[in-house]
Amino acid sequence: MLKTFPKGGIHPPENKITSGKEIKRMPVPKVVYVPIAQHIGIPSEIIVDRKDKVLKGQVIAKTSGFVSSNIHSPVAGTVTKLDMMIDSSGYKKQCIVIRTDQKDESNFEEKEYPLIREISLSQKDILQHVIDSGIVGLGGATFPSHVKLDLKNDNHVDCLLINGVECEPYLTADHRLMMEKADEIIVGIQILMHALHIKKAVIGIENNKKDAIKVLKEASKGDTGIQVAALQVKYPQGSEKQLIKAILKREVPKGGLPMDVGVIVHNVGTIFAIYQAVQYNEPLTERVVTVTGKKIENASNFWVKIGTPIKDLVEQVGGLPDGTRKIVNGGPMMGKAIKNTDVPVTKGTSGILVIDQNEASRGEPKNCIRCGECVFVCPMGLEPHLLMNLSEKGLYERASNEDIMTCIECGSCSYVCPSHRPLLDYIRFGKNIVKKLQTAKN
Amino acid sequence: MTDSVLYSVLLLASLGVVAAVVLYIVSKKFYVYENPLIGEVDEVLPGANCAGCGSPGCKSFAEKLVNTEDISELFCPVGGNEVMKQVASILGKEVAEKAPTVAVVLCQGGCDVRPKTTEYQGPRSCAISSLVYGGETDCQYGCLGDGDCVAVCDFDAMYMDEETGLPVIDSDKCTSCGACVKACPRDIIEMRPKNKRDLKIFVGCLNEDKGGIAKKACDVACIGCSKCEDVCPKDAITMNNNLAYIDAELCTLCRKCVPVCPTHSIIETNFPPPKVKKVVEKKPIAKKPVAKKVLEKKVEEKKEVVKKEVEKVAVVKENVVATKVEPENPKTDA
Amino acid sequence: MSAQSIIISASPHVHSDRTSKKLMYDVVIALIPAFLVSLYVFGIGAFIVTAAAVISCLLFEYLIQKFLLKSEVTIGDGSALITGLLLAFNLPSGIPIWMIVVGSLFAIGVGKLSFGGLGFNIFNPALIGRVFLLISFPIQMTTWPTAVENQTALADAVTGATPLGIIKEGLTFGGTMTDLASKIPSTLDMLLGVTGGSIGEMSAIALLIGGVYLLVRKVITWHIPVTMLVTMAVMTGIFWLVDSEHYANPLIHILSGGALLGAFFMATDLVTSPMTKKGMIIFAIGIGVITVVIRLFGAYPEGVSFAIIIMNAFVPLINTYFKPRRFGSKIKSKIV
Repeated sequence: MLKTFPKGGIHPPENKITSGKEIKRMPVPKVVYVPIAQHIGIPSEIIVDRKDKVLKGQVIAKTSGFVSSNIHSPVAGTVTKLDMMIDSSGYKKQCIVIRTDQKDESNFEEKEYPLIREISLSQKDILQHVIDSGIVGLGGATFPSHVKLDLKNDNHVDCLLINGVECEPYLTADHRLMMEKADEIIVGIQILMHALHIKKAVIGIENNKKDAIKVLKEASKGDTGIQVAALQVKYPQGSEKQLIKAILKREVPKGGLPMDVGVIVHNVGTIFAIYQAVQYNEPLTERVVTVTGKKIENASNFWVKIGTPIKDLVEQVGGLPDGTRKIVNGGPMMGKAIKNTDVPVTKGTSGILVIDQNEASRGEPKNCIRCGECVFVCPMGLEPHLLMNLSEKGLYERASNEDIMTCIECGSCSYVCPSHRPLLDYIRFGKNIVKKLQTAKN
Repeated sequence: MTDSVLYSVLLLASLGVVAAVVLYIVSKKFYVYENPLIGEVDEVLPGANCAGCGSPGCKSFAEKLVNTEDISELFCPVGGNEVMKQVASILGKEVAEKAPTVAVVLCQGGCDVRPKTTEYQGPRSCAISSLVYGGETDCQYGCLGDGDCVAVCDFDAMYMDEETGLPVIDSDKCTSCGACVKACPRDIIEMRPKNKRDLKIFVGCLNEDKGGIAKKACDVACIGCSKCEDVCPKDAITMNNNLAYIDAELCTLCRKCVPVCPTHSIIETNFPPPKVKKVVEKKPIAKKPVAKKVLEKKVEEKKEVVKKEVEKVAVVKENVVATKVEPENPKTDA
Repeated sequence: MSAQSIIISASPHVHSDRTSKKLMYDVVIALIPAFLVSLYVFGIGAFIVTAAAVISCLLFEYLIQKFLLKSEVTIGDGSALITGLLLAFNLPSGIPIWMIVVGSLFAIGVGKLSFGGLGFNIFNPALIGRVFLLISFPIQMTTWPTAVENQTALADAVTGATPLGIIKEGLTFGGTMTDLASKIPSTLDMLLGVTGGSIGEMSAIALLIGGVYLLVRKVITWHIPVTMLVTMAVMTGIFWLVDSEHYANPLIHILSGGALLGAFFMATDLVTSPMTKKGMIIFAIGIGVITVVIRLFGAYPEGVSFAIIIMNAFVPLINTYFKPRRFGSKIKSKIV
């Protein structure tokens, strides 16, 4: 029996159309739109101005606090303006618009990165490289990675978990990365183990990626500290808490962090970015994005520069198919629907999913028939039907007592509800208010 | 037979006596002293429990009034100065007089001037849809049109205009309790002084985008051209983030700014039409029909006799003259 | 706004293909085997009763929603259909049609719509209708046409008692199980359904087939039916072991009466059963215990409907006290 987390979870159709498609390199876009709020925490501070010439990899917005991150120019070119652009949050956010210099060779050269196995940097230098390179969690949460590395000496972290689960349907970005950059990922893990003084690392991969499991097992043969754990296919296994429970049987306490149970979790994409940053001093300016959808002609995986408008990506796969009704930034379970294809790719964009009429429309919400399905599938042991009711009626105090804040917004409840009730919509709303009330109290 | 009747009567009577004694003892034993003033004050308060004063209900507000030394900070927006004066005379404390205010909607982006570019699916609640994105139109500052404000109005003073998709406030019913202001996630509703005869001038737009973008998203958006700022004799208009704002304290209601606005985003309400004179009698103003705000089309409601007209000052100026004439029949619209 | 504008909604953007309607029709499908058996056993009478109950339930739901509540009419969602079917399954086949109509009105009007419609009712509507009829018209409700004779001609209905009725009566008048052994149908008869009783509770096998279908389709979970039947078996088993002359054996109890129908179709009603697995087990134990108590010591020979209704009333309480274990909470809950 494969490992998995015990309570709740669902298994939506996987639809991993692009899992066999090699990662292609996107042509360099003519203009990039780099938002300054690409990570959780304080938005970065812009340090360039209109008409400035910027080099590829130059810092254009610098970190403005501990939980913040540097942002680098993905291309060499000229800053044309500092503008407000709609990003995947649905609101206009500050963006740096850079026009690519078509003559600059650095934009178009295909750099080779031969594998470097030796780790020459000290712990402190590794941390500094991670900070400088603007690395954030590439699984989607975009939490600045250096925060997770900057441990106090008295920590008791004994295990590093690598999240290669990719439990979202459709997405294959991490899968392909593991297939193609297995050795780099293993070295990246060793770098982190070295930096954190951890002896043990486990890579968690769902069993629908048997080839990736094999490749990584092969690559990690030389290192006894690194194991590969095959996991049962179940959503939301990619959530930190569920992953830790699945692999290590440890349970992160309510309101706590993985560190509280001695674990640090990083996504495989992040690991690769750390490898690039530490071994090549390459800042994070591109990532793997899956562009997919049932009707998309050439759905595939791409190396995409941060700031590339999504319409460029869509063009690469043959344009928006007729009858497209929804474009999702991310996977179908947790991604955000975006308004138009002008929205740029950010560090947190793991996929672009194009959905047609049939799947895009939500069903008409009906009365709750109290079947309890939402309770069964909730991986956090919550009662979504109750939380929705409390949020709807404005009973935030009670919702807070019913642990509304521990909801990880995985959407399993809304997914299974036979009455098509917008459970997560209301829970998210309730969480929002409860959070405001809590901050007001403090 | 008589016996059983007698027994029943006796039994019930004695039960009643026992219960009465118990009740008496309990009421004495657990008597809580309450300042009789609280009851008196509670009596004069409107009893709407709208929480507009900041207290959860009228009773608790009465307690607060009685127990607070200086009540000049406290105010019941629903009862207004009149009620506060009564409270003052009961308590013998000083109250501050406040100019009556009324809620206004700072957005006139109806369906015809602010085209929808996307379709939202999910619970129809502004608070929820505002978490997801900036709204179905390209303007992320304007009204979402899901009616959270109407839902919280305890006084039946608001309704959603079906044609424009915007909320409409009935100035006469509005008690300025502020519930709608709190409910709106976009801060589109503002409390503005009611002034004499409910005359108001304000900018009906909150779009902070640059002129071109704003105009593209909405025909009646403030494009930040500053013309109104230049023309204002009292410096009551300030420009901030491509958006004009009229300070009600400084505004003298001269209406100079209204005609200069190229996008008609400045709204005037309840002014008599400039040319036609003597149409409106002076007294019936308090009974004015709904109106308040700009709407794109005249809303005809109620019986045929009383045509409630919604002024549409901004968009089609010429119509104003024509439609203005109607409110001469001052029937109460209950 | 063109018809093709982009849709924005909050995540998740996909949905499972289960809908409440499909769940309801799965229940209907699961009831078909039992219905076929009753058709075979009771002939046209079973059909008339079922048709009358279903039609009047749908009709009353339509009329009340349309004219009294002036709300959306939801007769298409299948829940009124199920109420009608279950009500019919709980009635004897010879019952007058007007009684069925009254029962349906009570079931739909009082049992369901007065609470606010589907999802808000506290009690299983069909059982409300059934119990209402049982209390109002006890004679008609307990006049069971016997099986085989009745197959051809409804008019000549010969009435007989249910196995549980025979046992109850026999034991009350001082008989022992050995005396009664010849009177009650054999276990095989009960399995196949050739006994007296309500329309739907005839054949244990048919009900089991339906129950397994529901389990396979994941409309219900095993918790309620299994726990309820096990509880009944254990309780009756204890009494039987202590005194087998005065208490029937567990097999009779489980195969006869409404035990299987109740366990698979009525106790598991989504709306009126608890929402957590812990709660379901408590709920089912309660039903089992109350059923056995009524059967052994109560005035009625059968107690499943009463037991389910009584436990329905406890469901909100069960939901409040038996919550799922929150992820990350330190204290382990005591019950599984």
